[in-house]
Amino acid sequence: MPLTDRINGFARKVPVWAVYILYLLPVPWLLYLAQTGGLGREPIKALEHELGEIALQLLIIGLCISPLRRYLGVNLIRFRRTFGLLAFTYVALHLLVWLVLDVGIISQIWADIIKRPYITIGMIGFLVLVPLAVTSNNWSVRRLGATWHKLHKLAYVAVIFGAVHFIMVKKVWELEPLIYLGVIMGLLALRLPKKRRNQTV
Amino acid sequence: MAFRWKNTLKDRDVTDEALFLNRRQLMGAAAAGAGFAMTGQAVAAEEALEPTSWDDITQYNNFYEFGTGKDDPVRYAGALTTSPWTVKIDGMVDRPADYDFEDIMKAMTVEQRIYRFRCVEAWSMVIPWNGFELADLLEVAGVQEGAKYIRFETLYRPSEMRGQSSNFIDWPYVEGLRLDEAMHPLTMMATGIYGRDIPNQNGAPMRLVVPWKYGFKSIKSIVRITVTDEAPVNTWQQLQPSEYGFYANVNPEVDHPRWSQATERVIGGGLFSPRIPTLMFNGYEEEVASLYAGMDLSKFY
Repeated sequence: MPLTDRINGFARKVPVWAVYILYLLPVPWLLYLAQTGGLGREPIKALEHELGEIALQLLIIGLCISPLRRYLGVNLIRFRRTFGLLAFTYVALHLLVWLVLDVGIISQIWADIIKRPYITIGMIGFLVLVPLAVTSNNWSVRRLGATWHKLHKLAYVAVIFGAVHFIMVKKVWELEPLIYLGVIMGLLALRLPKKRRNQTV
Repeated sequence: MAFRWKNTLKDRDVTDEALFLNRRQLMGAAAAGAGFAMTGQAVAAEEALEPTSWDDITQYNNFYEFGTGKDDPVRYAGALTTSPWTVKIDGMVDRPADYDFEDIMKAMTVEQRIYRFRCVEAWSMVIPWNGFELADLLEVAGVQEGAKYIRFETLYRPSEMRGQSSNFIDWPYVEGLRLDEAMHPLTMMATGIYGRDIPNQNGAPMRLVVPWKYGFKSIKSIVRITVTDEAPVNTWQQLQPSEYGFYANVNPEVDHPRWSQATERVIGGGLFSPRIPTLMFNGYEEEVASLYAGMDLSKFY
């Protein structure tokens, strides 16, 4: 597959830091839009939603990496950690906007986390990502060995929580969050172990 | 029988936002200068009601007939034809008929009312409405003995209301009030904002305004008013009965299952606007609390 080779060749030339820079550009851009009316008449919720959606998209990109290699031979493995850490960054920013700009009242923050199922779910999703972000470095991979791979399977839990959180935020059943969940479930299904055929009984 | 309710703000026939704000400031200054027979408290209360800008009022809307996004209404409501417009008044009335909107306007006394507006989504505005009391319109039709409720219906016209092509709501949008709520002097039919004709995205040509209830009760672009003796099932109650009730009175102590109603965000404050406490009955407790005497408001939400 010459196309695959070309993609792989190109990917090898792209420095990791370039991906970080490219994907962090939306942050100052969104802040600029929020300040200048570009995010509509209520910029706080709009900013919060934009950051959350980018986080979910980054998690989905992260989920695409290994199927791309397995099924299409496209090798982007060296960017998997990049997308994971970028996703964590956006989830953290999304949470920060909610804490500081949206609610801003300590007592209400805690009450919301406890009382509102969609916030509880979102919060769990964030907490699950924390140990993954902390162990996203070569030293941790070496230290943890086989445990590292098991631990980082928690990304599947986080991404499902993120998608469910997105569905629950809406006042009515809306199509967009359901599409996200569908794509995520599809990508996770690709990882299910194939049923062994011709099993000897 | 217009002017049953005395606004603390007395600017009428306002035509221009800048002029309006100007005159308000002049009035405030005059009042503060003891030129008015008002208590200091009344002045403070009116000064606290800073009207939301025209742009905010007309560009941040929920009107699912045009889409679920906040900017969908301003983007797509231009397609709606609002003239000619007919309002069918039927049910338990002496003079059931299809009333032409122009004829209604001729019969009514339009006044200005500056009301707080609180959405169930925990955001709020202050809106200078123009309109008339619903009671006056109901008088024209003649409410019969035994009537208990009023049912309202929004236009159903998918050719002009693009949101009606999706069926997650059982169109047309329906709302309802108890008769005493409908007859209350605070309840009005709004036909204008800031002295201008009400824009399509805000419910042209005629919408209900019930300032002590969450915004979804203030049904837009009304084509039918039915006087009845049974409680209508309103659209949001039908969609999510656990979250939205028939009464929908603004109440900081009764939370929405998914968010707190104790505070609200005032639209127009930008990225760093803080939440403010939500007032019981949206600040109209004195006027309307008696309507709900003895009712458990957490049960009748």
